[in-house]
Amino acid sequence: MISSIKIPPAPELTYLLRLADTCLILGQRLGEWCGHAPILEEDIALSNMALDLIGQSRALLTLAGQRSGQGYDQDQLAFLRDEIDYRNPTLVELPRGDFAFTVLRNVILATWLKLMWERLRDSSDAELAAIAGKALKEARYHQQHAADWAVRLGDGTEESRRRCETALGTLWLYTPELFEDDAVDAAATAAGLGPAWAHLHEPWVAEMSEILGEAKLAIPAESTFRSTGKRGLHSEHMGYLLAEMQHLQRAYPGGAW
Amino acid sequence: MTTVAASRIDSAWSALNEVLDPEVPALSVVDLGLVREVIEHDDGLEIVLTPTYSGCPATEVISSSVIDAIVAAGLGPARVTMRRAPAWSSDWISAEGKRKLLEYGIAPPGPVIADGTVPIRIVGRRQAAVPCPRCASAHTERLSAFGSTACKSLHRCLDCREPFEHFKPI
Repeated sequence: MISSIKIPPAPELTYLLRLADTCLILGQRLGEWCGHAPILEEDIALSNMALDLIGQSRALLTLAGQRSGQGYDQDQLAFLRDEIDYRNPTLVELPRGDFAFTVLRNVILATWLKLMWERLRDSSDAELAAIAGKALKEARYHQQHAADWAVRLGDGTEESRRRCETALGTLWLYTPELFEDDAVDAAATAAGLGPAWAHLHEPWVAEMSEILGEAKLAIPAESTFRSTGKRGLHSEHMGYLLAEMQHLQRAYPGGAW
Repeated sequence: MTTVAASRIDSAWSALNEVLDPEVPALSVVDLGLVREVIEHDDGLEIVLTPTYSGCPATEVISSSVIDAIVAAGLGPARVTMRRAPAWSSDWISAEGKRKLLEYGIAPPGPVIADGTVPIRIVGRRQAAVPCPRCASAHTERLSAFGSTACKSLHRCLDCREPFEHFKPI
């Protein structure tokens, strides 16, 4: 077992890690569907999307490592941090649930990521802008795929509709965290690194309304609950996810394929 | 640039023309538009590659195959650098590459529609049918948005009944 690395609390680094961890943890959750999806085509689709997300996170973690000034590489950042140093919003770490839950979470996040990548193409950090240019094409495809399924399930059978409504009711509680601003956003905006997360809210609501409208699903009511994953305070599910994800690197330090 | 330097770079391009993509072995990395530049430095050749998809698992294999091919051609030492911008586009696949794809049984990508020229409909959009690479019929349907690799989708011809893959335009 090797000891954890600690990350300096620089806001611009945190901004990068929030995005990198969003892709990494969602990719890990989607990867859990490999061999378990309801049909073969979706098994392939979910694994492909997981690969894209993990590829995006690898690029972002490499960049974060360079910017950290500590010389960390992508693997050290992915596998050797403690739970409190992961900066993903809680939404992505929730267990994968049923297929409706996975589809609707993908709609929410692919839409959010697409809007984020669009804006990051203008980042003052040329490497981040380059990563965004590539990732945007992938996020568009993920969004279309997830939206197609949301329509089939939401406007499908009584059973698929019921499952969608239940999933959306839970997922929606965690969406405010995707649009909250703090000092990290202020620093990133000031440096021209990327947009404040709050700025994604209006276009996100517009696209979600279009998709959910087509799927004949109602947008759930606002809640006062606020999740706090991006500040390092995660749900009870995160530790189990990390235990599985980190096991090999912790047990066999530096192990490579 | 001296004649000698020019010929070393030309020889490198010839060697790279023989490096096949591990997942689409009908095409070379040059046909696919993955090689952006070959630069000669005092300490060896630099091959500039661009990744196709962020998560493409073939990226590492391609990098090492490229170095092996340069060294085997007696042109080493060589190193590979990755250039992400501008992002790779299927429009960079050469005409020769598209012909080889079709021959191999993979429907080649059509032109990529530039950003912002058409309003993007997220749901309810119409997809143009991909012509069958076997019988050229336009009477085909998509079976799956994702295929055996990140760059392909799965389709079926409704006339000759053969399933086939399509290289996605991105």
